[in-house]
Amino acid sequence: MNLFTHIGKYLLMLKGMFSKPENPKLYWKEFMHQCSEIGVGSLGIVVIISFFMGAVSALQAVYQIVNPLISKTIIPQIVRDTVILEFAPTLICIVLAGVIGSKIASELGNMRVSEQIDALEIMGINSKTYLVMPKIVAAIVMIPMLVILSMVLGIAGGRITAVASGVVSAETYDRGLIELFLPYNVFFAMMKAYTFAFIISSVPAYFGYNVSGGSLEIGRSSTKSVVVSCVLILVADYILAQLLL
Amino acid sequence: MIEFKNIVKKFGDKLVLNDVSHKMETGKTNLIIGTSGSGKTVLQKCLVGLFEPDEGEIIYDGTSFTQMSEEDRKLLRQQIGMLFQGSALFDSMSVEDNVKFPLDMFTKLKQQEKLKRVNEVLERVNLVGSNKKFPAELSGGMKKRVGIARAIVLNPKFLFCDEPNSGLDPQTSMLIDKLISDITKDYKMTTIINTHDMNSVMEIGDNILYLKDGKKEWTGNSKDIIFSENKNLNQFIFASEFLQDAKLHRMMEAKRI
Repeated sequence: MNLFTHIGKYLLMLKGMFSKPENPKLYWKEFMHQCSEIGVGSLGIVVIISFFMGAVSALQAVYQIVNPLISKTIIPQIVRDTVILEFAPTLICIVLAGVIGSKIASELGNMRVSEQIDALEIMGINSKTYLVMPKIVAAIVMIPMLVILSMVLGIAGGRITAVASGVVSAETYDRGLIELFLPYNVFFAMMKAYTFAFIISSVPAYFGYNVSGGSLEIGRSSTKSVVVSCVLILVADYILAQLLL
Repeated sequence: MIEFKNIVKKFGDKLVLNDVSHKMETGKTNLIIGTSGSGKTVLQKCLVGLFEPDEGEIIYDGTSFTQMSEEDRKLLRQQIGMLFQGSALFDSMSVEDNVKFPLDMFTKLKQQEKLKRVNEVLERVNLVGSNKKFPAELSGGMKKRVGIARAIVLNPKFLFCDEPNSGLDPQTSMLIDKLISDITKDYKMTTIINTHDMNSVMEIGDNILYLKDGKKEWTGNSKDIIFSENKNLNQFIFASEFLQDAKLHRMMEAKRI
């Protein structure tokens, strides 16, 4: 299959998701289940990565700012802006592409191979609406929340290590955080988070939904979905930066 | 009744079904038999709409399925139950939830009424007390029976079974055959079974369609098979010496009667 066939099939899958639910209650239940899987299920890894990401940024800023003429408040500003603009939305989403993406692709792939998707279709249920839509909507709802959490934890991690290093006091760090703060940066980060959330959920769903063959193919499609999602996240990151900054 | 006329299905250049026509009768177990790769599964998937035939027409009780809108097909599918080769149970759900799923999706019954219906069908397939088990805890035969229970819970008019005996021991296989046959007669369903299990052919074959290389080769019932002189069919059905002896024995018995 060439690239255009994949794009065409991907768009058809997205179009096919929009149909009237047979029983909205069951769809809501599935949506809540996916929110829990995507949001709560990824909480641990997001907390760990965000904290250390902020901590390391702070240490590196401390290491590089050796000129006594430069105000120490620049250290929290570097941490804040790198975390908000790039680390929290992009790095966390690349990690989530691995965690959530592979899960979505393998779950749908397994359902395809074991004919569970066919079983839904035979019952008269639109499997795209029932299986794919809740995953995408849950990702769009939960991933931006994880990104906000990541921002907070990254900045907190930076504060703890910067203060512990003895170079910056807690007071200076807090003052630096407020100085020259652009709320637009948060808006930009959220735009990225929503875009990446859509990529992280829809691309693996496409690869998983269209698996053919056996268990080997499930593994392959899962890997492929993570690789493609990561590349698309980076491309989208570049385009959004070009358009919005 | 399901009737299909001149069904042609190709995958690329490969012709899988070549002008196949037949009638599947109500209240009977209709068998599609043939060697692996003969087109049985593709034909069944065409009949339920998982594949679109390239040519031909499929008619459910006088209504053309081929020309139906997607919405009408969705409604018709609520009258179709299907047992898959690997049972296709939802891994994350218990036996009870698997069987209850179509009721949750398509009916407005109260929870108690749904549970009552689930217990009825589980009793029908001899699986009382397995409600809370998960598919991973079940044997192959039990999974098939849960699959049958899920397929019949909405009282469908049409039941499709794709190789219901595959991977089962002969005794369990016979139990599944009997169960499907009894359900078909009790609920007056049109049942279509894909199989290459010889016991099924001989025991429950009310109306048999034999496919060879995607073409209709022979039709009849389990009694006709004994006297059939179709060389391909005889080679397929009575492949071993043991089965050939069994055929002779049955022929002699039939003549004596």
